Amino acid sequence: MRRYIVGQLVQLVVVLFGISILAFGILHVLGDPVLLLLPQNAGKEEFERYRHLLGLDRPLYVQYWKFLSRAVLGDFGKSWYADTPAFRLVLERMPPTIYLTLSGLVVALLIALPLGTLAALRRHTWIDSLCTAVAVAGQAVPIFWLGIMMIIVFSVRLRFLPASGYDSWQNFLMPSFCLGAALAPITMRLVRSGVIEVMNMEFIKTARAKGLAEGRVVVKHAFRNACIPVITVLGLQFGQLLGGAIITETVFAWPGVATLTVESIRNQDFPVVQCAVVLLALLIVAVNLIVDLVVGFIDPRIHAS
Amino acid sequence: MPRDRVSTPTRLELAGIAAGPAPAAPSHAAAWRRLLRLRWGVAAGIVLLGIVLAAVFAPLIAPHDPLAVDIRHRLTPPAWMDHGTPEHLLGTDPVGRDLLARMIYGGRVSLVVGVASVLMSTTIGVLLGLGAGYFGGRTDWTIMTIINVMLTFPFVLLALAVIAVLGASLFNMIIVLGVAGWPIYARVVRAETLAIRERDFVVAGRALGMGHLRLIFRQIAPNLLSTIVVIATLQVAQVIVLESFLSFLGLGVQPPTPAWGNMLGEGRLYMLNSWWIATFPGLAIFVTTLAINLMGNALRDWLDPHLKL
Repeated sequence: MRRYIVGQLVQLVVVLFGISILAFGILHVLGDPVLLLLPQNAGKEEFERYRHLLGLDRPLYVQYWKFLSRAVLGDFGKSWYADTPAFRLVLERMPPTIYLTLSGLVVALLIALPLGTLAALRRHTWIDSLCTAVAVAGQAVPIFWLGIMMIIVFSVRLRFLPASGYDSWQNFLMPSFCLGAALAPITMRLVRSGVIEVMNMEFIKTARAKGLAEGRVVVKHAFRNACIPVITVLGLQFGQLLGGAIITETVFAWPGVATLTVESIRNQDFPVVQCAVVLLALLIVAVNLIVDLVVGFIDPRIHAS
Repeated sequence: MPRDRVSTPTRLELAGIAAGPAPAAPSHAAAWRRLLRLRWGVAAGIVLLGIVLAAVFAPLIAPHDPLAVDIRHRLTPPAWMDHGTPEHLLGTDPVGRDLLARMIYGGRVSLVVGVASVLMSTTIGVLLGLGAGYFGGRTDWTIMTIINVMLTFPFVLLALAVIAVLGASLFNMIIVLGVAGWPIYARVVRAETLAIRERDFVVAGRALGMGHLRLIFRQIAPNLLSTIVVIATLQVAQVIVLESFLSFLGLGVQPPTPAWGNMLGEGRLYMLNSWWIATFPGLAIFVTTLAINLMGNALRDWLDPHLKL
C-alpha cells in the first residue's frame, strides 16, 4: 500500500508539472502577452520596452522558472483588469463552483441510483428499455440548451424560480438539476451494469439460499457492492463533472470560477485565466488522488492487481 | 426404464443451468436486440444523412438568405403561432433574419468543425497510441504521461484557455478541438496495440524481418480500424456540442455567420419574449448529437460487440 501511495504521489508531481507547462506554454508559446496587453496601435519601441519590463526578452526556460517558482507560492501576478492578485480573485470564486459541482453530483446520484438498479433488476423488460432510451437521449442534450430551456419554462413562463443569482436555496435548484441531468445517464449505465454483475455473484445466491427477502438481498448485498465501481468512475471523472459545472455556470450566471474565467477571457485578463486553469486542474488532481486512495481502502483487491 | 432417465435431473440442471436448447433462448433474444439496435442505428443514419444533405445543399433548400436583414419582420414567431407567417416557418430573429434558413446554414459550421477536428485528433491520437503501444518503455511512459495530463484537464477548460490566447475564429476552433481531443484515441489504440503486438502474425512478421513502420502500419493498424471508426463517430457528436458551447459563449464562430451555438447565445438575450430563437438551434444540436450517438452505438455493436468504450 505504501509503495502504491508513493507511486501515486510521484505521478501527481509529474502531472502538476505538465499542467504548469501547459498553462505557461499556452500564453508564452502560442501567444504573446505583450500583444494582448498593449493596444494594437502601440509603437514598436513601446512593445520592446514592455517586453523588457516584463522580462519577456529573456529565454523561455528562465521565464518558465520564474513563473513556476512564483506559482508554487500562489503568486500568479496581478490581474491586468482589476488590479488585485489573480490568486485571490480565483480563490474567492472557488466555493460556488465546488458547491455547484457537489449538488450536481447529488442530483445525478438521486436520478441514477434508483433508475439504474431498477433497470438492472427488470433487465430486458420495457422498464429497462425505457431507462436506456432516456439515458441515450439524455446524453445527447447539450447542458447549456437544457439550462436555457429550464429558464424559459420555470423562470420566464411559470415564474417559479430565479433565472440567476446565488442567494437562496431556490438558486441552486435549476443549476444543480441541469448539471445532474447531464451526469445522470452515464452514472445510470454504470449502476445498471454494476448491479447486473453483482447479482450474478455467488454471495447473492448464498444470501438468497439463506432465505433473505429479495429486497434485503438487493439493498444490503447487491447495491453496496455495485457502488464501488460507480464511486471510482465518478471520482475519476471529477474533471468531466467540473467541465459540466463550467458550462452550467455560464448559463445561470453563477458566481463561480468558470464565469470568472470566461469574463477574464473577454477582458484578455490572462493572469486570472492562467491562475484559474492551474487551480482547477490542481483540484481535479487532488480529488482523483483522494478517490483513488479511498477506493483502495474500501476494496483492497483493486490495487492488488 | 427410459422414463426414469428422462425425469432424473442432470447435474447441470441441479446447478441451475438448464441443459438442452434453453441456453439458445437468451442468445436468440440478444440477436433480436442487436438487430433492433441496428435498426435504430440505420434510422439515425438516415436522419443524419438528411442533416448533412441539408447543410451541403443549403443554398438550394434554404427559404431565405440567412444574412438578409428585414427589420419590419423582426422577432416574428413561428408560423403556427399568432402573428406568425408561413413565410417564416420557424420565425425570425431580432433583426428579422429567417430562423429556418439560419439553422440550415448553421449545420455547415457544426459538421465542418466536427469532421475536421475529429480527423485531426484521430491522426494525432492514432499515431501516438501506436507508437506508445508498439515501442513501449520510455516512449510509452512519455506519451502516457502526456495523455494523463491532458485527460486531467477538462476539455472545455483547455479549449477556453487556448481560445483566450489565439482569439476566436472558425479555424482556431478546429485546431483547438482537434488538438484537445486526441488523448482518448491514443489511450484506446495503445491498449489494443499492446495486445496485438504479441499476437502470432506480428511475431511472425518480425521474424521475417519486417521493419517497424511496416509492422505498425501494415500489420497492426488495420486491426484497429473498426475501433477507431467507432470512437471517431462518437467523438464527432462531442465536438459538435463543444463547438456550439464555444460559439454560444461568443468564443467560437463569430456573427453574422450562422452557427447553432451562436444562434443559441443570441437567443438567450431574447428568451424573455421570443423563446423560439434559443429553442430551435438547440433542438438541432440535440437531434444531430442523438443521431450520431445512436449510429455510433449501432456501429460498435455491428463491428465489434465486445468493444468497451
